[in-house]
Amino acid sequence: MLGFIVRRILTAILVVFLTSIFVFVLLYKGVANPAGPVCDAQGRCTAERLAAIEASMGLNDPILQQYGEFAGGVFTGRTVSFGETEYDCPAPCLGVSYGTRGLITDELVDRLPATISLAVGASIIYLVVGVTLGVLAAKKRGTATDRVLVSSSLVVSSIPYYLFCLLAYIFLVLKYPVFDETGYLPITEGVGAFFLAMLLPWLVLGLFSSSNYARFTRGQMVETLGEDYIRTASAKGVSGNKVVFGHALRAAIVPIVTIFGLDFAALLGGTIFTEQIFRIDGIGLWALDAVTRPPLDFPVVIATVLVVAVIITIANLVVDIVYGFLDPRVRIS
Amino acid sequence: MTSTPTHASAAPGAPLLEVSNLSVRFPTHDGLVQAVSDLSYTVRRGQTLGIVGESGSGKSVSSMAVLGLHDPKQTRLEGSIRINGREIIGASESTLREMRGKEVAMIFQDPLTALHPFYSIGRQIIEAYRIHHKVSKSVARKRAIEVLDRVGIPQPQSRVDDFPHQFSGGMRQRAMIAMALVNDPTLLIADEPTTALDVTVQAQILDLLQDLQREFDSAIVMITHDLGVIAEIADDVLVMYGGRAVEKGPCKEILSHPEMPYTWGLLSSIPEVTGDVDVPLVPIPGTPPSLLNPPSGCAFNPRCTFRDQVPGDLCRTELPLLVPGGRGPGHEKRCHLPDPDAVFQAKQAEILVEAGLDPHAPTTGEDAR
Repeated sequence: MLGFIVRRILTAILVVFLTSIFVFVLLYKGVANPAGPVCDAQGRCTAERLAAIEASMGLNDPILQQYGEFAGGVFTGRTVSFGETEYDCPAPCLGVSYGTRGLITDELVDRLPATISLAVGASIIYLVVGVTLGVLAAKKRGTATDRVLVSSSLVVSSIPYYLFCLLAYIFLVLKYPVFDETGYLPITEGVGAFFLAMLLPWLVLGLFSSSNYARFTRGQMVETLGEDYIRTASAKGVSGNKVVFGHALRAAIVPIVTIFGLDFAALLGGTIFTEQIFRIDGIGLWALDAVTRPPLDFPVVIATVLVVAVIITIANLVVDIVYGFLDPRVRIS
Repeated sequence: MTSTPTHASAAPGAPLLEVSNLSVRFPTHDGLVQAVSDLSYTVRRGQTLGIVGESGSGKSVSSMAVLGLHDPKQTRLEGSIRINGREIIGASESTLREMRGKEVAMIFQDPLTALHPFYSIGRQIIEAYRIHHKVSKSVARKRAIEVLDRVGIPQPQSRVDDFPHQFSGGMRQRAMIAMALVNDPTLLIADEPTTALDVTVQAQILDLLQDLQREFDSAIVMITHDLGVIAEIADDVLVMYGGRAVEKGPCKEILSHPEMPYTWGLLSSIPEVTGDVDVPLVPIPGTPPSLLNPPSGCAFNPRCTFRDQVPGDLCRTELPLLVPGGRGPGHEKRCHLPDPDAVFQAKQAEILVEAGLDPHAPTTGEDAR
């Protein structure tokens, strides 16, 4: 098991490393000149000034050398220079934002709690609600309850998510102020205020995603309820609910956990619509602003891509390890 | 015979399991599926009843009904099933649950799929025991080790924590039997328990079942399509076709003097170890009948090569009754043929002549025993 985990961690590191090279090269050798936004930000951009800034940013060096400096900065820190101004960027250095001139690492640390809070709250809701409804539908398969659950979950899934978000915001905050203004408040500013401000985003994201989980869980449960070992359990005299939860759900939960791990990782990478509409200053909104608002913020784009890459590889690793605990057949001794 | 106080309702010598006029039907979108029709049989303690038939003949469905395992909403049950004198049909779910695993235990065909893949063998046996015995986990664990030892699992103290996939096929079936035995059931229903196993393991499992039956004086219902298994283990045989009993009686009698063409077909479609290699195996032509639109008359008539010997197209127009056969009490058959035994002997002789063998040489079922 230990060897397996070590191997998987090494693979994960390789994946993150390759992703970082890929995104770095794509951006810095792409259509836009990385020095352009910096130059524009300092007033009228003349050709000489642009050349000077390019030189100070090291853009004339070979691309792999530039990447080497960037990657080295992550571990040892470096000095970032935009023309005349220089910024000291201690390790772990991901660069300096073009827009705010703040350290990327600091901004990331500022925004992560909002995204994590949103992801954790919403995923608890969709896991609990989705799995419960899915189990219920599978248990009542073929009845009216089942049909209502499946068709309403299909209706919810077929609404575009941004519309679902917007309608919830317009009706529940603006038109009928059931909820106060939403957003992320640090939990240190009051537990109650934190929960109230996040409740609607949690519910919207959680309930929307729960429709997928309900259908997926139902499918898995219907399959396991038809298995021979379920009949064996009934033949032993196990009661109906224990058969459903103790035997069928125990088997059905394994693929659900797999999907859940990857979905949760995706949420941690930022949810652009939710963060934008409910004004939660998280990773998704940060990435959106970096590419939509001038100046085009190269370091932020690289940082957000890297964060997503790291989170997803970690999630995959965790799912694999958890899988080993859930399914004794793949347990590696 | 010992009768324990909990089963006081069963009079001594009375059948442990008494199925009478059982019908199992499933309403579907296409119509009513007649899975089992008018089935009656009894099993006493210490006796083994073998139920034989093709897939879809109703043998498993009728046994599931004995445990009350059919979803009452999707099944129509009629007739009566009595275990120790207690009626099963129409009994409440809690009564059924109380009985399942305790009075009646079931062994399934494929122990790999019939055991939960994510729970250890021990945990599954402990669960079975604790449903019917209010004991601590450690007491139940001791009991689980004890039964695993009884069914011949080596090192049961350590193997009890293994998962099903860590057991071989034969050991899994032993574990399945251990789980069935943990509550000392009086009736054991074995649904093709050896079909998924290779031949040497099959023999071991059958021996084990017979040993256990002798030890606990339990009744066994053995469902199989393998007449070899029946010959080995059964006291009585029930041959099913199209959801009905077509022939039943003492095992020796049925195997040596079958009086129903379907039983003949079953007998000539299995190889005999002692038989001549030149004697061809004869498959039964055609396919099992539709249970949705069963053939009129005798369900076997479309596949029966002897129906021309019955006067007046009776086979196609009238369902034959289950009547006593020509050879003594207990043997019943459902067939219009006037003198089936003579036809059977003639057919045997014909097969042997075709193969160029002496029809008087002893190779029939009677002598092979």
